[in-house]
Amino acid sequence: MKKSIKKLISVIVATAAIGTMLTGCGGSNTGSASKGSGGDATITYAIWDKNQEPGMRAMADGFEKKNPGIKVNVEVTGWDQYWTKLDAGATGGSLPDVFWMHPNQAARYASNGVLTDLTDKIKGSSLVSLDKFPKDLVKVYENSGKEYAIPKDFDTIGLWYNKKLFDEAGVPYPTDKWTWNDMLAAAKKITNTEKGIYGFGAPLDMQQGFDNFIFQNGGEVISADKTKSGFDTPAVKEAMQWYVDLSLKEKVSPNQQQFSENSYTAFFESGKTAMALFGSWMLSEFKANDYVAQNCDVAVLPQGKQRATIYNGLGNAIAASSKHQEEAWKFVEYLGSEEANKIQAESGVAIPAYQGTTDLWMKTQTKFNSKVYADMLTYAKINPYSKETDKWQTAEKESLLNAFTGKVSVNDACDEVAKKVNVVLATEK
Amino acid sequence: MKRENVAEISTDKSVKVKKKISKSTLNEWKWAYIMIFPTFIGLMILNIIPAIQTLILSFENAGAFGKSTWAGLDNYKKLIQDPDVIQAVYNTLGYTIVSVPAIVILSLIVAVLLNQKIKGRSVYRTIYFLPMVAAPAAIAMVWRWLFNSEYGLINYLLSIIGINGPKWITDPNIALISIVIVGVWSAIGYNMVLLLAGLQEIPNDYYEAASIDGASPLRKFFTITVPLVSPTLFFVVVTSIISAFQVFDIIFMMIDKTSTAIKNTQSLVYLFYKHSFVLNDKGYGSAILMLLLAIIMIVTVIQVKCQKKWVNY
Repeated sequence: MKKSIKKLISVIVATAAIGTMLTGCGGSNTGSASKGSGGDATITYAIWDKNQEPGMRAMADGFEKKNPGIKVNVEVTGWDQYWTKLDAGATGGSLPDVFWMHPNQAARYASNGVLTDLTDKIKGSSLVSLDKFPKDLVKVYENSGKEYAIPKDFDTIGLWYNKKLFDEAGVPYPTDKWTWNDMLAAAKKITNTEKGIYGFGAPLDMQQGFDNFIFQNGGEVISADKTKSGFDTPAVKEAMQWYVDLSLKEKVSPNQQQFSENSYTAFFESGKTAMALFGSWMLSEFKANDYVAQNCDVAVLPQGKQRATIYNGLGNAIAASSKHQEEAWKFVEYLGSEEANKIQAESGVAIPAYQGTTDLWMKTQTKFNSKVYADMLTYAKINPYSKETDKWQTAEKESLLNAFTGKVSVNDACDEVAKKVNVVLATEK
Repeated sequence: MKRENVAEISTDKSVKVKKKISKSTLNEWKWAYIMIFPTFIGLMILNIIPAIQTLILSFENAGAFGKSTWAGLDNYKKLIQDPDVIQAVYNTLGYTIVSVPAIVILSLIVAVLLNQKIKGRSVYRTIYFLPMVAAPAAIAMVWRWLFNSEYGLINYLLSIIGINGPKWITDPNIALISIVIVGVWSAIGYNMVLLLAGLQEIPNDYYEAASIDGASPLRKFFTITVPLVSPTLFFVVVTSIISAFQVFDIIFMMIDKTSTAIKNTQSLVYLFYKHSFVLNDKGYGSAILMLLLAIIMIVTVIQVKCQKKWVNY
């Protein structure tokens, strides 16, 4: 009796084990589309920002209402894994049908035939017209004269400040007349090394850091024709010297070693830095953070020789290997239409790139002075990009690290950056 | 006379004996192969074939999305001159040289202690094994907080007794030690279990005889335990070294790309990841991997050769 019960139990356990293993293997989704029963097509829409998922879902719902028979699956993969996953999918031929594109990667994906050419489709469309989007953004997603993605949103960089720390030091809040000197003076007054409080956060970061100051000083990160680095020009060197001095000489900012342990966002969110640069995509996180929601606000960036802020914009692209080209195009076309962008604006998750929808977006921003993000678009400079953006940005960061630790002079570090970046840009021909 | 399944087995060089292989033996062989077939397929598809592909990739200039052009020894030439790679070899060797002895010695001591009949023995064994079960990401997050020089627990405790704690993961000179600490902490449990199994193979008679002769516990350890557990110990040493050479996830999760300590901690596998998946230069990344493979193979071969000197079977 006992032996057969034991045998029965072991058989059941073994079957259960193998069963769960098999379902586990079969359940993992590689993002390929599937055809449901009754002629329903399902397409996947891949994004990387969990905060934006509700807005994307709302747009997908609007699309599904107008297009019964097509279902949209919104899939979120964190930024760090998004591109690795997409790359692997592109090489293996199993991409999501529609996905977010970023300027850093657009040229690489477009020039290698991974994205569907949308030029003719856009021309023949009554819902989408490219002149409704900022010209620079449209250009980002162009390759060899063809369009590969439709702009979705734009983001700019603003100056966040901690009202509580400003009040405690008796310093008036940033205004739109502020210059570099005003910002430095305010930072000096607020910095209190005993309490571990810094006036400004100046980490080794490009989009939310020194790139803004480079453009404000009249410099360029890479030349307009994307063949040369701008780091060996005096304008850039001057801006970099001023920025690095903030942490090493003026001591109004934590140094890079401190930023290596705690992120610059953590420094701001815990009230240790009174001012810092953050993009409009941080609005949802800051709204949800009690400390920031209560004590902080955002202003336009101070001006240097001229006004500038870095702006960037995502695009919606279709995988050339997708088996649902028709449905995917219908969805992307819808995403580029006025109706969808109004939905995006009202969800407040991102500033739509579609002209005329910014006011709707601003109505959702009750917590902070977010309108400054939209206001800055008039003088914004597009985030520098090229075919191999990742490669030269990595080389740039590594060479600049030595300047931020004080091991090497800013001048020498910039020269090294220029040399390395030029090598990468030369391979892009 | 029909010649059925026959095999020639020469037991003596001058006499050849023909032995008939019975059907049952053949049947056993057939089933044996069927049983190992799944593992064999897995090994081929997930290990052998990718390894060969990596070797081929290392000779190519891997372009975007799988398109590559032949580049001969270019990647290797670049490899020899790359200061990052040379530094990474030092980092990896440094990590291995410090962590492996620590792991082996500590695991052995813990295993011996937990082989005694003490109260709560299984609780202790479970506690020591827990680090193996925790997710690497969770481990990295917690240790990262512990090591934080301003707000971390370790430096806080040190400050209570008046020591100004160092910058554990951002000081280029100390960061690797911090990685070693986490690596050793997480590996002790697994190796302890292996050594426990080896220890329990040692018959108690030896210890009893030694007690009668009046040997101290330490003497017993070095003259009985160590020689008799040496096969398991050999296995632990070889696998720990191989694993140490491949260190990656601790470094990747505790030290940022822009950290001041990155150059002094990045290992060869970290560099492989950076070049293959961040910079999309899979050819160069593969060449780095080949270098690592060569180093591991040489070290393992040396160890196997030295086996005879200290391992008693």
